[in-house]
Amino acid sequence: MFYREAGQFKTSYGRDMAVFPIAQDRIAIGLIVAIAFLAVPFMATEYFLSSIMVPTLILALAAIGLNILVGYCGQVSLGSGAFMAIGAYAAYNFAIRVPELPLLVTILLGGVVSAMVGIAFGIPSLRIKGFYLAVATLAAQFFFDWLFLRVGWFTNYTPSGSVNAPQLNVFGWIVNTPTEKYLFVLGVVCVLAVLAKNLVRGHVGRQWMAIRDMDIAAEIIGIRPMYAKLTAFAVSSFFVGVAGSLWAFVHLGSWEPLAFNIDRSFQLLFAVIIGGLGSIAGCFMGAAFMWILPIFLDIALPPLGELVGWKMDKATVSHFGFMIFGALIVFFLIVEPHGLARLWSIMKEKLRLWPFPY
Amino acid sequence: MAFFLEVLIGGLLTGVLYSLVALGFVLIFKASGVFNFAQGAMVLMAGLALVQLFEPTYIGLWHFVGVGALSAAVVGLLVLRTVRGGTFAAAKGDWRIHLPKIVAVGAGLLGGVLALAGGAKGWPLWLAIPAAIAVMVAVAWVVERWVLRPLVNQEGIILFMATLGVTFFIDGFSQTLFGSNVYPLNIGLSKDPMFLLEGVFEGGILVNKLDISGGVIAGVLVAGLAVFFQKTRIGRALRAVADDHAAAQSVGIPLNWIWFIVWSVAGVVALVAAIVWGSKLGIQFSLTFLALKALPVLILGGFTSVPGAIVGGLLIGAGEKVAEVYFPVVTKFLTGTAMPGGVEYWFAYVLALLFLLFRPQGLFGERIIERV
Repeated sequence: MFYREAGQFKTSYGRDMAVFPIAQDRIAIGLIVAIAFLAVPFMATEYFLSSIMVPTLILALAAIGLNILVGYCGQVSLGSGAFMAIGAYAAYNFAIRVPELPLLVTILLGGVVSAMVGIAFGIPSLRIKGFYLAVATLAAQFFFDWLFLRVGWFTNYTPSGSVNAPQLNVFGWIVNTPTEKYLFVLGVVCVLAVLAKNLVRGHVGRQWMAIRDMDIAAEIIGIRPMYAKLTAFAVSSFFVGVAGSLWAFVHLGSWEPLAFNIDRSFQLLFAVIIGGLGSIAGCFMGAAFMWILPIFLDIALPPLGELVGWKMDKATVSHFGFMIFGALIVFFLIVEPHGLARLWSIMKEKLRLWPFPY
Repeated sequence: MAFFLEVLIGGLLTGVLYSLVALGFVLIFKASGVFNFAQGAMVLMAGLALVQLFEPTYIGLWHFVGVGALSAAVVGLLVLRTVRGGTFAAAKGDWRIHLPKIVAVGAGLLGGVLALAGGAKGWPLWLAIPAAIAVMVAVAWVVERWVLRPLVNQEGIILFMATLGVTFFIDGFSQTLFGSNVYPLNIGLSKDPMFLLEGVFEGGILVNKLDISGGVIAGVLVAGLAVFFQKTRIGRALRAVADDHAAAQSVGIPLNWIWFIVWSVAGVVALVAAIVWGSKLGIQFSLTFLALKALPVLILGGFTSVPGAIVGGLLIGAGEKVAEVYFPVVTKFLTGTAMPGGVEYWFAYVLALLFLLFRPQGLFGERIIERV
């Protein structure tokens, strides 16, 4: 009824290629961003901001990075946790060794270092594909886990292996409280998400998609697989690296290599697949699902158990949480293998016709 | 030299155990194209079921009754299927259409009552092992019916993620049901060290008897699987399905039944792996990480090759032990500073990665041919 595009004429190529061609979408996204910036910081509690919003946003950023590689370029990676770690430790080393650098530059440099390592570990993708590649990317995961754990230089020889982030000083603005952290992360994520959206719509993004759909055919129509695949690895690792440094600096504050182990990689891959392969908006939904569901289960299970007269201890709750989590993932994959983003677009299609079915 | 051989042999024997886990992967990948990450969780589940039935520390009477009923029902249904054949079709209204339900309930009741009579004490090995197998068969049935069948024709990555979901589920389920501590498994495999070649080297080469028996068990299992694949009717059907799903289905091979069989066989392989690893380390949650150790073995050997899984396991096992011992020495020689140890953690993956650069399909994998 209210979601109609009748009367909205596209009179130029620019209008036709807009990110949100329908006026209602533009209004809706504008509202969401306005609420996120202006309303949420004042309404939400500190707990909600610091343990739900901030990690979800950072995970969404990492998921965008992984989605560029897996969803847009079709190269499955199980090593995204390692690239988060590279971003975090690179930023840490820049911060303590070159303290004059502003924080934003440090975080972006973390992403750049991660991008360079990404290119190196992307080289095998020129030869190997599919699951062989997926397992090969695990090499990155295990190698960097070990490197940051065992080689003291990266952690500045701290005896425990756990390192602390420097004070967050963004051009004079000291980011301290949960609200400030939330606003800082939100700003970075918004800018990078717009960047990602425009990259995947552009020249290089279309090359990635051609490679994903069929690499040999793409090569025949003149796309250089080496350039396309390696740029995908570089851009993807950059996003994941920036997310990693944000995760370490803003969310964790002090961390050890375990924060970026293989579980993180799987979590990101799940976020991408449940959110929707090849969709930027899906990354936010997937990340929210992956982060909030386990928290919800932890809180909701013990009272539910007591309802049926079953006192659960902590281990049982976590095992039960595992079970429900696994079952839900299988359920989601069966019901909608294309993820939440597809559900969302189906809903929009229905809304355009509503209340008449035809 | 003796020390080097000792490291090498120790590595080779560990490698055999890696191959055991990799075997389960290969079986399922060949038959259904599913990259089954849940193999490690299946090892854990099989191990927990066995150790709790054999030497119960966590479970009570009702667990025994449940497992007894389940095992009897599984056995009953399998016997019924063997007697009647898979293609039996009863007319509507014919009472025989309910025969599977009747058999399952009847056998289940019988098994439950027998277990109840036996009480809450451990079962002997000849009963505990088949019961653990029955549990794994039930898992195979559930996975085939509720996960694989609804997801048929999906892309490989989706199926892979589904098996990750299954991994979470099995991890949680088996630990809720059978406990989550470390349970030592002692089924009579000797753990004593022994010395080989004492005449050749001074002091001989130290090996653990348990590793040797693990190697022997793995050998027997592989030989058994080879006979099963080459000589039996089901084995031929499995190979046909592995070759070409559509063609196999069009000559009348029931795909769903084959998938069920192959997941059951993978469950049996998981049980064997659990027995050998469990005797070595105890049955515990860390057994699921074996799946991660089996992955480089797989890409080295090729996803579709049983001999590849064996040779890959041996190479990785030996390579990583030798690297673990000699990496600090070699880096000290080359660069002047000894690099830290713990190389075991990533060596297998980097070895497999470098290998793939030269031979993308693994050692024994089928040549990858692509057409546009």
